[in-house]
Formats: sequence, structure tokens, C-alpha cells
Amino acid sequence: MVGKVEAVNGGVKPTTTTPASSETPADLAPPAFSFRALKLKTKQQELLIRVTILCLVYVLAFIARLFSVLRYESMIHEFDPYFNYRTTLYLTQKGFYEFWNWFDSESWYPLGRIIGGTLYPGLMVTAALIYWTLRFLRFAVHIREVCVLTAPFFASNTTLVAYFFGKELWDSGAGLVAAALIAICPGYISRSVAGSYDNEAVAIFALLLTFYLFVKAVNMGSLAWALASAFGYFYMVSAWGGYVFIINLIPLYVLVLLITGRYSMRLYVAYNCMYVLGMLLAMQIRFVGFQHVQSGEHMAAMGVFFLMQVFYFLDWVKYLLNDSKLFQAFLRITVTCAVVVGAVALGVGTASGYISPWTGRFYSLLDPTYAKDHIPIIASVSEHQPTAWSSFMFDFHILLFLFPAGLYFCFKRLTDATIFIVMYGLTSMYFAGVMVRLILVATPAVCLISAVAVSATIKNLTQLLRAKNKAAGPGKGATSVKASSKASLDQSLPFQRNGAIALLVGAFYLLSRYATHCTWVTSEAYSSPSIVLAARGAYGNRVIFDDYREAYFWLRQNTPSDAKVMSWWDYGYQITAMGNRTVIVDNNTWNNTHIATVGRAMSSYEDEAYEIMRSLDVDYVLVVFGGVTGYSSDDINKFLWMVRIGGGVFPVIKEPDYLVNGEYRVDKGAAPKMLNCLM
Amino acid sequence: MGKSSTAKDAQALFHSLRSAYAATPTTLKIIDLYVLYAVSTALIQVGYMAIVGSFPFNSFLSGVLSCAGTAVLAVCLRIQVNKENKEFKDLPPERAFADFVLCNLVLHLVIMNFLG
Repeated sequence: MVGKVEAVNGGVKPTTTTPASSETPADLAPPAFSFRALKLKTKQQELLIRVTILCLVYVLAFIARLFSVLRYESMIHEFDPYFNYRTTLYLTQKGFYEFWNWFDSESWYPLGRIIGGTLYPGLMVTAALIYWTLRFLRFAVHIREVCVLTAPFFASNTTLVAYFFGKELWDSGAGLVAAALIAICPGYISRSVAGSYDNEAVAIFALLLTFYLFVKAVNMGSLAWALASAFGYFYMVSAWGGYVFIINLIPLYVLVLLITGRYSMRLYVAYNCMYVLGMLLAMQIRFVGFQHVQSGEHMAAMGVFFLMQVFYFLDWVKYLLNDSKLFQAFLRITVTCAVVVGAVALGVGTASGYISPWTGRFYSLLDPTYAKDHIPIIASVSEHQPTAWSSFMFDFHILLFLFPAGLYFCFKRLTDATIFIVMYGLTSMYFAGVMVRLILVATPAVCLISAVAVSATIKNLTQLLRAKNKAAGPGKGATSVKASSKASLDQSLPFQRNGAIALLVGAFYLLSRYATHCTWVTSEAYSSPSIVLAARGAYGNRVIFDDYREAYFWLRQNTPSDAKVMSWWDYGYQITAMGNRTVIVDNNTWNNTHIATVGRAMSSYEDEAYEIMRSLDVDYVLVVFGGVTGYSSDDINKFLWMVRIGGGVFPVIKEPDYLVNGEYRVDKGAAPKMLNCLM
Repeated sequence: MGKSSTAKDAQALFHSLRSAYAATPTTLKIIDLYVLYAVSTALIQVGYMAIVGSFPFNSFLSGVLSCAGTAVLAVCLRIQVNKENKEFKDLPPERAFADFVLCNLVLHLVIMNFLG
């Protein structure tokens, strides 16, 4: 009876086992309703506790992300979400067919942009579906509210998936801890706050769902679960470009299983069904297109697919033959043939250019110095910089040292599922070290592995406590019990019970510090809308700067509707979404030469810039200047990037012209070219 | 000498394979025949593409992948139905077949969308 009720959450004192219910003497039981009838069996109690905890975690994940809605208003944050909002608006107004075939002439003037074929529709379709469902139920919501609250809603759903994944990995206790940890982990909150209507909001849910369904398929060996994981993969592909992580991690996992000899028939069923169906489904997204058969980033999956066919075929032949000598001969022939064919195919494909090499975005993950030298646009984004230690501590807190502890536990009990989570954790931590933005991808793995550590530790500690509880008499004296009892005491460390209680209190304290830290981080660092700024006035009152939106609405109300606005690409999405005017370049940054033209215009002398702007039909120029309020991320600060990007394409712009003795100055003593350029 | 020994080896290999395969149940042999048919259809399509070029690439891909997909799914069915696989001994063959049909349904629906 001792180990029956599992430890359910970190730090909670062990629940005492209760006897079965309702064996009450007849004389005590008056007619129908008595409190004794409410006494549940142990299993039902446990179920009630689990469901309650999951409900609380679900609500917690949602409300932890609502700080900015409470402080400012319900609006979309940052830059990219405005594009997503605009496309969702278009989808709900015009319908799916128009959306899927949309050619937008309001951005990238005069080139236009094929929006239908160059976006990941998952997020917009999800928000539109929620919107239509609510409308069908006669809730008159505005699409903007749905967009703002999509991310917290999916964060709550992610906690549920984390629970099931933890249950699959270890046991339901670990699942509950995982759900609680991921509900408030700052690494995830940073990109899924209310108002952050970006692809990652939905993509992390899809990522974890795909991984969970795949691990379940490998554990059960069932085609139905593999089909479900293919659908999960399809959802992930439709939502985010980071699906490349899945399509490389899963083949790597299969390869590791094959090499370590842990393969089984279930693995074959799961991987093949998921790969073929997943690949086909993924190719339905126009933006992805034929990349699954043509791009170098996806070739690992195909290689492992063919390897599996060869491997299992050899396994089958070996089983048929039952004779090792003959089989060796067969093995030699087949393996050499297969290797030769594979190498030739790969060589021909890569050399002829049919299989495209790794694109810059992903290549810079393997070689972090690549972007700085070759692609300045990728290098200039602040989210793509390598991660500092402080970011790790900030985003993970105690999970950072629970992660190695969890790895230890996973290695102690190696199953297919734990091998997977270890690989996911290690690869994602490597990538999180290369690029700050990818801490988000590492967060579910870190939470799950830490949950394993927490759950296993607390389970051991409470088992120690419970053994002592049963064996000790009515007194609660904690000194050596061995003298007085002959019950099941395995070892006789004198202060074991004390130690266990102390460690439990320590664990509880740590987890409560984690919760405090997460709440503080969310409130201070990750809840600012970036489009509305707040500061303290001279008298301590709060001053709100709404300059961005005021500027865009001025554009909307005071300029002719076919006016073209030139600005740096950061503001493109916001101008088209809120100002409703045509822009020259925006955040999609798909055409480097066009951006370089704008950069050149901003950094040339005014008469040269006028010529360039005439050729682009520009009517208005928008610049952001933060000198009056001390806002530090304005265009003057970004100016050197304009110079670098412009100079990358037009060598007439040289960066040293704008510097004085190698320093960047903007006051009277600045370089003459700097003083006289358009900016 | 080496040549005759490898030839003898190959013959012995071939014979033992044939005799071992003859012992498999008929249901599995039917599934194997189906797999063979699907793979040969895929090869024919690849040959055709080599002759006339791959212009509607999505059509070519959907044709080849539908053959490869049904072949793979049939192999999965064979694995699940084979009585000698200890891992699947408590999976009823009806459930395996139902899963097979469901996956094929999804596969062909996607193929029809992708065919263009």
C-alpha cells in the first residue's frame, strides 16, 4: 500500500492513504445523503486531484500572460504580428480562396508580394476558425480580440500536451510537474504573451503535439497514432518555418535507435507512416512546396527512410535464412550496393544543384559566423545573436540545474521515450546556445526533463517519509526508530526522516522561488507591447507614448489613399496594417536589393536620395527619432545597419564615410557625409 | 575457383531463401505481391518521367508517392498481422486492417489534392 498513491506535485506533503469508502455500520447511516457516501476511493481521489491540478494549471497559463492587456489595452504587439493580423483580417473578410491566392500590391512597391504563396497559414487559419466558431455561437467578438488571445489559449493547450507527454515518458506525476513548469516558464512566455500574435504562439503547441504523438506511436506501434503524428506535423509545417527541426530530429532519433540496437518493428511502423504521410501533407503548403524532396535540409529524413527499408529488409532476410554464413554473404552484397547507390544519388543531386544546399538561415545555426560575413540582414536581427549566460538564467531559473539531474534520471531508465527526450533536450540546448530566439524551442524539453528530476526526487523522498510513517508509533519523535520497531525498515540511518523532510521543504522553497521569478520576469520584461511606451514623468506619474500609432493614423487620415511611404523595413508591416498605405519595403525582407536601395537612399546626400525616391514614386518618408524621450531604438541607432546593407549591394556607400575616427557620432562633430545625408 | 565458390554460395543462398519463403502463410504472400505491384508501378512511373521530363512535378511526385505510400503501409500491415511478431501479439488483425484502410484513405485524399 505504501507506493500506491503517487506523489502528485512538487512540495506537497505526502497524502495519507485512506481506506476504502462506505463500509459504515448501518446504525450510523441515516437515509440517502451522508458525508460518508462522498468519501471516494483512492483511485478516484487521485483522479480528482489530477484533474483539479490540470484545470488550475490551464487557467494559470492563460492568466499569467495577460499583464499587458491589463496594463495597456488589448492590442497587437511588435512588428511581425501586425502582418499576421492584417492577413487574418483579410481571411475573415474575403474567405479562404481569396486568401490562398492573394497577391498584395500594397507592399514592396513596385514589386508586390505573393502573400498566398509566401506565408505559413497555420496561425491565421486557426484564429479565423476560432473567430468563426465564436461567431457561430453568437458571441460578437472582434477578430482583433481573438488574435490577441490566441497565444495564451494555445499556451494553455500546450500544458495539457506536456502533461500527456510527461505521462508517456515517466509517470503521471512527472506529467503534472511538467505541465506546471511549462505554464509559467519565461522562455515560453516571452513569445506567447497576450498580443504576441506570432507564429511561435501556435507552433510550440504543434511541436510538442507532434513529438508526443510520435513517441506514443513508437511506444504503441500503431498506425493510427502515426497518422495522428503526421497530422500534427502538418499543423506544424503550416504554422512555422522551424518545422525543419522536427524533420531533422526525428530521423536522427531513428538513426540513434538503429545504431544502439534498440530498434523494433514498432519503430518501423511509426516512422514510415509518419514520414510518407507527413511529407505529402507538408507539400500541400505552397510556401514549403517541393522542399521535402529538393532541399538539403530535408534530405536526412529521406536518407533515413531508405536506410530503414534496407535495414529491415536485411533483418527479414536474416530471420528467413536462419543461417549466419549465407547471410553474411548476402549482407555484404546488399550493403555495398545500397551504399554505392545512395552515395551516387546524393553526389549527383548535390553537384548538379538539384538538391539545394542549406539556406543561410539554417546554415548559420551550424556555423554561427556565417551570417556576419555573408548575410548582414540575418546578422542584424537582435534575436539572432548568440545567447549569453544571463539569458539562460533569466529564462530558465532553477530548470537550468534541474536539467542535468533529469538527464541523469532519464539515463537510468532508458526507454524509447526517454532516449527521444534526451536527444530533443540536448539538440535544442545546443541551438538555444547559438541563437537567443531558439530558447523557445528548448523550453518544452527543459521543462519535461526537469519535471522528471523533480518528480523522481520527490517520489523517493516521500517514500522514505511514508515508510517511517507506517513504522513509527503514534509519537512524532524523529530520533532513531530502529530500536522500537520491527516493521519494514530497509536501512537504519538515524535522521533519515528528518533529512527527507528538510529536503522536501527545500524543494518546495525552490519551486516557490521559481514561481515568483517567473511572475516577476513576465511582468517586467516580457509584457511590453513595444508599440506603446510607458515612462515615469517628473512627478512619478505614468506617461504613455503612443507616438507610433498616432503617426500611422495621421498617415491614414491625412494622406491620399494611393500614397507611397518609404521607411526602414522594421515599420513596413505596421504601416500597411494600421496606416493602410503602400510601402516600399517591409519586414518580410525577401528582396535584399530593394532594401539596399532604401538604405542607399537614406544614406546618400539629399539630391541623390531625391532621384532614387522619384524612381520609386515615393510620396512620404517615415523616420523614427527618439532623441526627445530618450528612446534608444530609433532610426539613428539603426542607421549604421542601413549603411552596411546599402553598401553591401551598392559599393558607393562606404561605412567609414559616416564615422569619425572609427566612432559613430551624431552631434555637431559628426562626419560631413553623416550630417548631410537624408537621415 | 573463387568464382565457382561465390556462384555456389549464391545458389545456396537463393535456394534457402526460396524454401524459407515458401513456408510463409498465404495471406502474407498476398500482401507481398501487393507490395511488389506497388513498387513496380512506382518504377514504371520514374522511367516514364525519365523519358518525357518532369514538368508537372507535383503530378509526378503524387503518383510516385502514392505508390510508395501504399507499399510502405502494406508492409506495416504485414508486420502487424504476422503471427511471428511477438510485439504485436495482442493487436487484433481487424484493427490492423482498419488502421491500414484509414491511412490509405488519408493518403489518397492528399494525393488527389496534390495531383493538380
